[in-house]
Amino acid sequence: MSPELMLAGVALLALIAYAVLAGADFGGGVWDAFARGPRRAQQREAIAQAMGPVWEANHVWLIFVIVLLFSGFPRAYAALSVALFAPFHLVLLGIILRGAAFVFRAYSPQSARTLGPGRMGRRWGAVFGAASVITPVLLGMCLGAVSAGHVRVAEGAVRIEGTAPWLTPLAWALGLFALAVCAYLAAVYLANETQGELREDFRRRALAAGTVVVALSVLVLPLLYLEAPHLWEGLLNVRAAPVLALGVLAALLSGWALLVRRLRLARLATVAQVVCLLLGWGVAQYPYLIYPDVTIQNAAATDAVLRFVLWTLPFGLALLLPSLWLLFRVFKGEHLGWRDEGV
Amino acid sequence: MDVLTAARAQMEVSLAFHMFFAALGIGMPLLMVIAEGLWLRTGKQHYRALAKKWAKATAITFAVGAVSGTALAFELGLLWPRFMAFAGGIVGSAFALEGYAFFIEAIFLGLYLYGWERLSPRAHWLTGIPIAVSGMLSGVLVVAANAWMQNPVGFEVVNGQPVNVNPWAPFLSPAWFQMALHSTLSCYIATAFAAAGVYALGLLRGRTDAYHRSALGIALAVGAVTALLQPLSGDLSAKHVAEHQPAKLAAMEAHFETAAGVPLIIGGLPDAENGTVDYALRIPKLLSFMAKGDFDAVVTGLNDIPEDERPNVLITHVAFQVMVGAGFALMALGAWYWLARWKRRADSPLLLKALLLGSPLGFLALQTGWIVTEVGRQPWVIQGVMRTEDAVTPVQGVPVTFWGFSVLYLALGVALVSLLRYLATGGSEPEPSPKTREVVDVA
Repeated sequence: MSPELMLAGVALLALIAYAVLAGADFGGGVWDAFARGPRRAQQREAIAQAMGPVWEANHVWLIFVIVLLFSGFPRAYAALSVALFAPFHLVLLGIILRGAAFVFRAYSPQSARTLGPGRMGRRWGAVFGAASVITPVLLGMCLGAVSAGHVRVAEGAVRIEGTAPWLTPLAWALGLFALAVCAYLAAVYLANETQGELREDFRRRALAAGTVVVALSVLVLPLLYLEAPHLWEGLLNVRAAPVLALGVLAALLSGWALLVRRLRLARLATVAQVVCLLLGWGVAQYPYLIYPDVTIQNAAATDAVLRFVLWTLPFGLALLLPSLWLLFRVFKGEHLGWRDEGV
Repeated sequence: MDVLTAARAQMEVSLAFHMFFAALGIGMPLLMVIAEGLWLRTGKQHYRALAKKWAKATAITFAVGAVSGTALAFELGLLWPRFMAFAGGIVGSAFALEGYAFFIEAIFLGLYLYGWERLSPRAHWLTGIPIAVSGMLSGVLVVAANAWMQNPVGFEVVNGQPVNVNPWAPFLSPAWFQMALHSTLSCYIATAFAAAGVYALGLLRGRTDAYHRSALGIALAVGAVTALLQPLSGDLSAKHVAEHQPAKLAAMEAHFETAAGVPLIIGGLPDAENGTVDYALRIPKLLSFMAKGDFDAVVTGLNDIPEDERPNVLITHVAFQVMVGAGFALMALGAWYWLARWKRRADSPLLLKALLLGSPLGFLALQTGWIVTEVGRQPWVIQGVMRTEDAVTPVQGVPVTFWGFSVLYLALGVALVSLLRYLATGGSEPEPSPKTREVVDVA
């Protein structure tokens, strides 16, 4: 396998990790914004507890994707930066406000009267929720933008044909789809990490979000056929179709598991569903980074650099994976604390 | 406002904003690990309270640093796409390694901040060490990319494209070592003296407990050592710049005419059109000695640099003077504190007031130092290879994003300062008393 293809594969896997991990953090923010009912405060508390220790590590996957993109495919990164100047800036706005608002709220003075967040905290909470809703939509729109053929690149110059690529109906649909997927992931994880009535709250939210995911995928399919025929064909070809079929099965399984309250199975199936979807998208998009002018081959950096980045991976992952394992074991595992274990 | 000016301004605002948090992200974990280590060693509770307080400050500043750093990774492409199309595949290796370091930092920060009750005290302290080490390393690695822009090596240009790229290029740049050393030290200095100011104020207000005294001692242990080392690394940097970036050195020193036995110009306002410096102090032959190690050496002046390759002398010179002045002031402050402590007079109000006044100087030096580095490299984005004006985006909307981001960062800065003030005034209590809560909430 050529080094540029391997690096593109690694970037896709990193993007999948970002979607599965950080996507749920955005989804947590969505459920924070839409916290309803008598257990509103507990819902927000559970979300903050689930996100707190892990969201920054999860966010680094995005930086990793960007770094792989600009070191491995510098010309593609430059073209994307020109073509998606406005939505990338809006994504940044969302990322900055989401992260800042989350910590600002956590460390704001508490209200003595309600023993909940004080006035400043509530304001930052609103910013956190709004930014969590807007950012995944924009990220989904950007993903849609590279597939529809509106971004033309010739001799390093970028030209936009027709509608702004991130404002096409397909891009909008993918934006909403991304939002629904984030909300679904978060609700399924939260149902796993809570107990009792709170768990029921999140399970019901997961079922609602899952229904929206299905509805939106029905909407996305004809748009793909009309607006991005190359992607449509790619999805149906022999390489991508089995992956997508697995994804659909996983989606059905996760829905069923939620209905019968087998929550761990639901979590596993939901993750499988998102992994298959993005993997299928990546395979179908091959060999284009930006359809139709920028491919994995013609945007690649020199071989030496590609090999360097690939060679750092085993060393980097040897440090990262045990650290990530530790992080998730300590905060997402079953045990409660070092005192309880008699360490 | 034209696109180039707006793009430079947006980059400047974003970098300056990020630098505050990048520096705190390098400095605070060290302070916090020292404090917790002292708690493990002595069992004195006030060290633990300090570590917890500093961990909170680290949590807030790290989050803002992480998101503003993400913005920079995007802005490299958004504002300078032609630079990234050319250099992304070269500086990328530095960013790739930095990515791992940053990852480790974020993971262990999660463990540290939320692990007080879940990990044994010793294990908890151990999770702090990777934060301090990888925070420092990510700075060192990312500076390699900047060093390569100052002193590009390890590639050839054919038809405007880089070929024969050595993937180690950013690390082969001879500017890397001294730049990494200088900037890492400056991060510790900035953090340590800023923290010292907070506790000097507390002591001045009569909170003369072990908590405040220890905090001041830890901060100034780090601050004094690094401030005393800094002139040595500065000297290395200056000699390197003299050899490789003569235009930058000439602008830093406001040195207009090539000559032998050149005086060092301290302070003053350079007038680039007439080639004069008003209100300056001149020390004969010292610049020749400092730049070349010989009192009679010839130092290239701006007259030997083509007119369209000269950086802005006024900004570069003044920023350099401010940086050096602030650096020496901090060195003196650090020495004064330890001398006073040795004589058991560290509570003297005069010293504490000086520490309070000096607390922003570390950040001032850090920011002006980066201004010298970056403005002094102009008009190049990659010294001698690519001009900044040739790197800028063709998109016309940059003035809008510049103003947008400036307002955003201003608002976040204001919010953050008020939050850190609230944290700082919370004293050594693990939680603020209900009364203060209510007051702050109403305010």
